Amino acid sequence: MTAPIPVLRLEGIVKTFPGVRALDGVSLSVMPGEVHALMGENGAGKSTLMKVLGGIHAPDTGQIFIAEEPTVMTSPQQAKAKGVVFIHQELSLADELSVAENIFLGELPLKSFGRVDWTKLYADTDAILKTLNVGFDAKTRVGDLSIANQQMVEIGRALTVNPRAVIFDEPTASLTDAEKVVLFKVIADLQTKGVGIIYISHRMEEIFKITDRISVLRDGQYRGTLTTADTSEDEVTQLMIGRSLDLSRNTSHHALGDVALEVRGLCCGKLFHDVSFALRKGEVLGFYGLVGAGRTEIAETLFGLRTPRAGQILLNGQEVKITSPIEAIRHGISLVPEDRKHQGLVLGMNCRDNMTLPQIDDLTAGPFVSDGAEVAIFDHYRDKLDIRTPGWHQTVGNLSGGNQQKIVIGKWLSMRPQVLIVDEPTRGIDVGSKAEIHNLIRDLGAQGYAVIVISSEMPEVLHVSDRIIAMFSGRVMREFTSEEVTEDNLVQAISGIEANKFVEGR
Amino acid sequence: MAGLTKQGIGAILAKQGILIAFAIFMIGFALANQRFIAIDNISGVIRSSAILGVMALGVTFVVIGGNFDLSVGSMMSFSTIVVLDLHDKLGPALAIPAMFGLTLALGAFIGFLVGYMKLNSLIVTLGMLSAIHGLTLTWSGGKNMDIADKAGTWFSVFGQGRILGVPVPILIFLGLAVILGITLSKTPFGRKVYAVGGNGQAATFSGIPRARIVFLTYLMSSFCVAVAGLLQASRSLGSQNTVGQGMELEVLAAVVLGGASLMGGSGTIFKTVIGVLILGFIQNGLLLMGLAFYVQYVVTWAIIILAVWLDVAAKRGRLWSPTA
Repeated sequence: MTAPIPVLRLEGIVKTFPGVRALDGVSLSVMPGEVHALMGENGAGKSTLMKVLGGIHAPDTGQIFIAEEPTVMTSPQQAKAKGVVFIHQELSLADELSVAENIFLGELPLKSFGRVDWTKLYADTDAILKTLNVGFDAKTRVGDLSIANQQMVEIGRALTVNPRAVIFDEPTASLTDAEKVVLFKVIADLQTKGVGIIYISHRMEEIFKITDRISVLRDGQYRGTLTTADTSEDEVTQLMIGRSLDLSRNTSHHALGDVALEVRGLCCGKLFHDVSFALRKGEVLGFYGLVGAGRTEIAETLFGLRTPRAGQILLNGQEVKITSPIEAIRHGISLVPEDRKHQGLVLGMNCRDNMTLPQIDDLTAGPFVSDGAEVAIFDHYRDKLDIRTPGWHQTVGNLSGGNQQKIVIGKWLSMRPQVLIVDEPTRGIDVGSKAEIHNLIRDLGAQGYAVIVISSEMPEVLHVSDRIIAMFSGRVMREFTSEEVTEDNLVQAISGIEANKFVEGR
Repeated sequence: MAGLTKQGIGAILAKQGILIAFAIFMIGFALANQRFIAIDNISGVIRSSAILGVMALGVTFVVIGGNFDLSVGSMMSFSTIVVLDLHDKLGPALAIPAMFGLTLALGAFIGFLVGYMKLNSLIVTLGMLSAIHGLTLTWSGGKNMDIADKAGTWFSVFGQGRILGVPVPILIFLGLAVILGITLSKTPFGRKVYAVGGNGQAATFSGIPRARIVFLTYLMSSFCVAVAGLLQASRSLGSQNTVGQGMELEVLAAVVLGGASLMGGSGTIFKTVIGVLILGFIQNGLLLMGLAFYVQYVVTWAIIILAVWLDVAAKRGRLWSPTA
């Protein structure tokens, strides 16, 4: 028996862009039937490496081998023809077309005179869908499918060729737990067929559940490959960021001040009902729950983006009506929104201008914006938050996710808010910056800020919060102090198990 | 020249392409005809570009704010006809403010529809192009408008006068360019226009009143149109109903040629002025070369398509990309 040869091997890949050595001699090999995790912080070179593999960038030096045969990749189409397919994080489907048309897009089976052979198309598609074991058929309009099912269509597209290697780029970013299970099953099926899989993700939990080996990149350099069974999250993290990450419970105790914000019986249609809570100065209050539990909607209501049907909002004991973000800002409420790229930042603007945007009217000398005042604010928060950028004039879109998020946080801290709401503070942010943002939030609490943190990541909520509110389906299910909360009772509270008790108990 | 790869050249060409192309044109024209670089020719080009230029200044605000304004040509015809008509009825001193008021009202109406009602600006201003044309014809009864006593009115000073030897239209164009340039680059309002055009949702999340900012950009645009109408009326002291016809596209061309993105959020007044001058000099150069004036339509549009292509190319860092 001969030793199996890798389905895919990259050797000594170097890729430079003007001023940046994006990949510095990266090697990687994927064996048949292996799930190989590719990890690294944002900007470590994962995407560049995949673009080299997909023929979008030509490497300066280095070789790609498919089944040990040297290959030059020129385009994603050609890569696909060679059996290397990509499942992207951002789906590239045509919503208005059927599942079948999407799967065979560009290679529809034809009859004479260029007519589409619909019978064959639907038959072929259904055959593929059968192997994926999904609950929709070839004629379904893609726009009517859930995100998870759309992802299945993407995967189906990969299966039209007999793939040797499939690359998954953050496939679970928008999937629910149940949907993940289905995805993992598909990956396992591919594995048994001898397909090699590259799995890119930030989520340690998944990596340890489904991968065989883990390769780590840092600053464009290959840092090593670990066998998943023999390593630990800590070891991987160290390889990624050069140190380990602290995700211990929040046990800090500092004195809390007066009640800064009180919410009584707040309702907003179907989104949330009868929400009441109080937040003290110096306190970090975590909101935990599934996506759609109503947490973001509460934040948006407090920030004047939604109008409540009923209920009161009290700031420092005074009832306030908040009808627009302008009002909210005037009352000292700040919101770091969940969607950084669409809601948090003007990506084409520079760092300074983004940071000073909410208070630009106040930073004037005569009728003009005062350059000095603006730069002073930027410099202050750049140092305080350790924002790494070549200068204030750098376009925000060019920064890493972590630094972008710090710009948004700096923007709202500079408003000296009475209440700071942070929605998904570390979404899409690499491990190293994550720790910094966690520390920052805890520091803000210690400095006397009243902070609300909304997060879907349990370790994060447990790590930063003094108190946690668990939500399910628009209702506050339970409130925990950091002493009494456990992972188990938190999961129960947000999954609706307590909801039934709640109803029965009444 | 180490590191100057094929892709590198492409990137440089993509970034500076329009200036390079302009320089080549200018040198070519100058070599072909000495008169092209004579002072009086250059001054003549700037002067004849002034009306287009003033309109382009206003449209720059609208475009940076993320919208289109295709109504400016038709609105300029309206302003011209109205001020000429009122000149004889009310006298110039009242006719000018009355015309400004009416033109600003049109701008406010468009600003209301696009800003507060959140209607698509392309559709609104395209519709207004046609509607305002109808309004102009109704006002004039379809006839050309002329001032009765052309020799005896001081009204001609805006279009025909000179101060210290410099034609007044040039002074108004450049003066307005400086004022609006400063407004855009140095005031909180200008910053908000960039924010609203760059990412309207993020601007709203930063407490910027998006609707009001969009409204104001249209108000500024209509103000510039009123100034342009004044220059036009004062220069000719008589006008057809269609004097501004087609100018909306030339204005848009100048703004895009200057490098403002049609997606909003980028561009400057200075660049728009450059765009206006490029357009003016190329048209002038073609005429001096003895080509019929209608050739300029073809060449102008070829240049605009080139500019848009280079704009896209600059964003992706190479001239041609198989994907995206």
